Amino acid sequence: MQGFLHQLLSGLANGGIYASLALALVMIYQATHHVNFAQGAMAMFSTYIAWALIDTGFSYWAAFGLTLLFSFLAGVTVERIIIRPVERGPALTIVIVFVGLLLILNSLAAWIFGYTIKSFPSPFPSTAWYGSKYLSPHEVGMIAVTLVVLILVFLFFRFTPLGLAMRAAAQNPVSSRLVGIRVGWMLAFGWGLAAAIGGVAGMMAAPIVYLDPDMMSGILLYGFAAALLGGIDNPWGAVLGGFFVGIMENIAGAYVVGTELKLTVALVIIVGVLVFKPAGLFGRTLVARV
Amino acid sequence: MQVMLNKTPPIEAVAHRLSPSRWQCLAITAILVTACILPFAISGYHVSQFSQVLIYALAMLGLNILTGFNGQISLGHGAFYAIGAYTTAILLDKTGIPYWATVPIAGAICLGTGFLFGLPALRLEGLYLALATLALAVATPQILKCKGFDYWTGGVQGIQVDSPAAPFGLPLNTDRWIYYFCLIWTVALVIIARNLLRGRTGRALIAIRDHPLAAVTMGVDTALYKSLTFGVSAMYTGIAGSLGAVLSAYVSPDSFPVFLSIKFLVGSVVGGIASISGAFIGALFIEFIPNFAEHISKAAPDAIYGISLIGLMYLMPTGAIGIFNFIGSRLRGEGQSPNANTK
Amino acid sequence: MTAILELRNVDAAYGPTQVLKALNLAVEEGGISTLLGANGAGKTTILRAICNMMVCVSGEIRFAGVRIDGKATEDIARLGVAHVPDGRGTFLDLTVEENLRLGAYTRRDKGIGTDFDRLRGYFPHLMKRLRQQAGTLSGGEQQMLAISRALMLRPKLLLLDEPSFGLAPLVVQEIFRILRTINRNEGVSILLVEQNAHLALELADHAYLIETGCIVMGGPAGIIARDDATRRAYLGY
Repeated sequence: MQGFLHQLLSGLANGGIYASLALALVMIYQATHHVNFAQGAMAMFSTYIAWALIDTGFSYWAAFGLTLLFSFLAGVTVERIIIRPVERGPALTIVIVFVGLLLILNSLAAWIFGYTIKSFPSPFPSTAWYGSKYLSPHEVGMIAVTLVVLILVFLFFRFTPLGLAMRAAAQNPVSSRLVGIRVGWMLAFGWGLAAAIGGVAGMMAAPIVYLDPDMMSGILLYGFAAALLGGIDNPWGAVLGGFFVGIMENIAGAYVVGTELKLTVALVIIVGVLVFKPAGLFGRTLVARV
Repeated sequence: MQVMLNKTPPIEAVAHRLSPSRWQCLAITAILVTACILPFAISGYHVSQFSQVLIYALAMLGLNILTGFNGQISLGHGAFYAIGAYTTAILLDKTGIPYWATVPIAGAICLGTGFLFGLPALRLEGLYLALATLALAVATPQILKCKGFDYWTGGVQGIQVDSPAAPFGLPLNTDRWIYYFCLIWTVALVIIARNLLRGRTGRALIAIRDHPLAAVTMGVDTALYKSLTFGVSAMYTGIAGSLGAVLSAYVSPDSFPVFLSIKFLVGSVVGGIASISGAFIGALFIEFIPNFAEHISKAAPDAIYGISLIGLMYLMPTGAIGIFNFIGSRLRGEGQSPNANTK
Repeated sequence: MTAILELRNVDAAYGPTQVLKALNLAVEEGGISTLLGANGAGKTTILRAICNMMVCVSGEIRFAGVRIDGKATEDIARLGVAHVPDGRGTFLDLTVEENLRLGAYTRRDKGIGTDFDRLRGYFPHLMKRLRQQAGTLSGGEQQMLAISRALMLRPKLLLLDEPSFGLAPLVVQEIFRILRTINRNEGVSILLVEQNAHLALELADHAYLIETGCIVMGGPAGIIARDDATRRAYLGY
């Protein structure tokens, strides 16, 4: 029973990271109907920037804040410069551009920082009072941080004029223009926000999975699974999906398929959802006009 | 006053005399002759490299058929490559089947697997299919490492096999014989692909890609075509994988990471994703770029791949073949002047 | 009297299909003009062309003397042109209050509270449902919401595309009464596209008749309303 509880809670901690990535994916999908295959690579690059800042001497939370700022600006820039020209193109073109972005980010990280695996500090000391036999202090911190981020994002979208405008631009770009909203910039800010959230996920994951250019690819897959499970156009679903996938991964890994096949759980979820219920558990079924 | 002689430049003149298909026949013959002489002109290691080029070309030809001609996006063809490779390796390891017979078996298995994967894929469009195939690619190395299949797959260590010797006592060393073996398969499969894609089948595939609803209303059995295309595409890549196993005499799970699937996509796009000859250009690209680029930095090949993909999408989505066609039509005096209003 | 809106020699096309040909029209400042004509004549296209929405336009469009052809839709809105499109364009997943606040998105002043009070005067029933999701409102209420949202912009010019569409006659009369009030009390100029020619001619000062992309008649609304031949030929009554 203890073991089960441990897996459950630890899965919840991992789930926070998947939930953050899934939220980033859904935010971009809602506004553009594109799935950002490069989300993991962007998160990885942000984490490297944080590492570099800490290495230079910044305190952890200062580096954290600067990294968020950097990620936001980078996300806005990527959307305006790289994605904008091909936004309305066929699906294949968009996928190829995303893959290209992924490759460039990977190679940039490897070129600047090298391939050697680096350790990344956790701001939650291993002897902290909130640790227990079920959850390490870092895992507790992970859950706390992701919850704080998710709550802040919710408050932003619900109660600020800019958040409202971004929601409107995602739902109905035509009407948004009619009330004077610059839809193009709303999309860019959405990308920026998604990039910042991804950065948080990366910085939370890095102390556990260590920092190398490939660190986020497995996590990204779980993020996809979570986003699809919750409904690719539903932010709440993404968050719930993330926690669910985290728990599922641990339970299945411990009791069903063994730890080596954990990623296959993500594969099964993805293919299963796509084949049997593409709208996910909470998403809206899209009816395409003939 | 100067008199302008009505002289068209030599290249244009020649181009006008030969019809386009004659040009192509000449080019193809020249390439085939070069391909046959090649192993005797270069050293052993380079021969293996060109064998790998042929193998990659076949793998990407499979991807082109599916994604370029039929519009079904696959980010997971590395998985079929792996299936083909492991089929050959397991058969060579556990049974007495000779190496040359394992290739068609691998092809048949991949044909079936691809078709079966194509059935649920029918419900997926565009990026959703890309997601599903990506998941497949990421999961493949894990599945291959799984301890449950250890007896067959050799687990993390993989399987080592013997290299084939030239048949009938031909005076060829192993490298050269493998090259010709790959060449034979390549020529055969290209001819089959060409016939498939130029005829009714090809038109049906392209119709499904561009106007799926219209295709259905015109009586094309879209579901059957799409699943079969998946199967045929997987078969090509599977055969390539099988030849790859013969070439490297070794398979292991780490030989088939997700990056392999991405490399195939890069090669296809760079060469021209909706073309047969593009696959060969792409194969040359992904085989030789790392050689040159790694002198600069280990990260350089990825950067080149990424920049090529994005650059091509902006400038020439049809890839290298598109560039050649563009130049060719300009030389022939076709195409629009820069000021013409296309609308 | 100056014209708040002028179209000169405007051509408009969707891709290869030409819809408007050498169109000329003007809306007086503080006045109400109406565009009448059969389905497909190009009335909606004119409104779309003014706001640069997915139409290829050539010619001159001036708002308060400034050329707006070629400007982005959102910039035209920021200049003070509020467009209530056909289908209403409500943000269905957002609440009534959120829809209204979006109307005021570009305004820098703090007068939103007073605007809500004014709207309570015009649409008391609607303003009781601020927390309700817009998609659950009735057709009439959604139309009132669309007009309210446009008013939140404090526009100088209000473009309305078939506000009577699909609504019960009593509701339509109410809406038109409110439009007249808005025009009189706040000096908002109105360009109204309507199928209900009778009501439109009662409301408007000036009327244009459109047929296959060209204006075939234009003049004071009262004169057009009284002209029997015109009424029978173009307006069907």
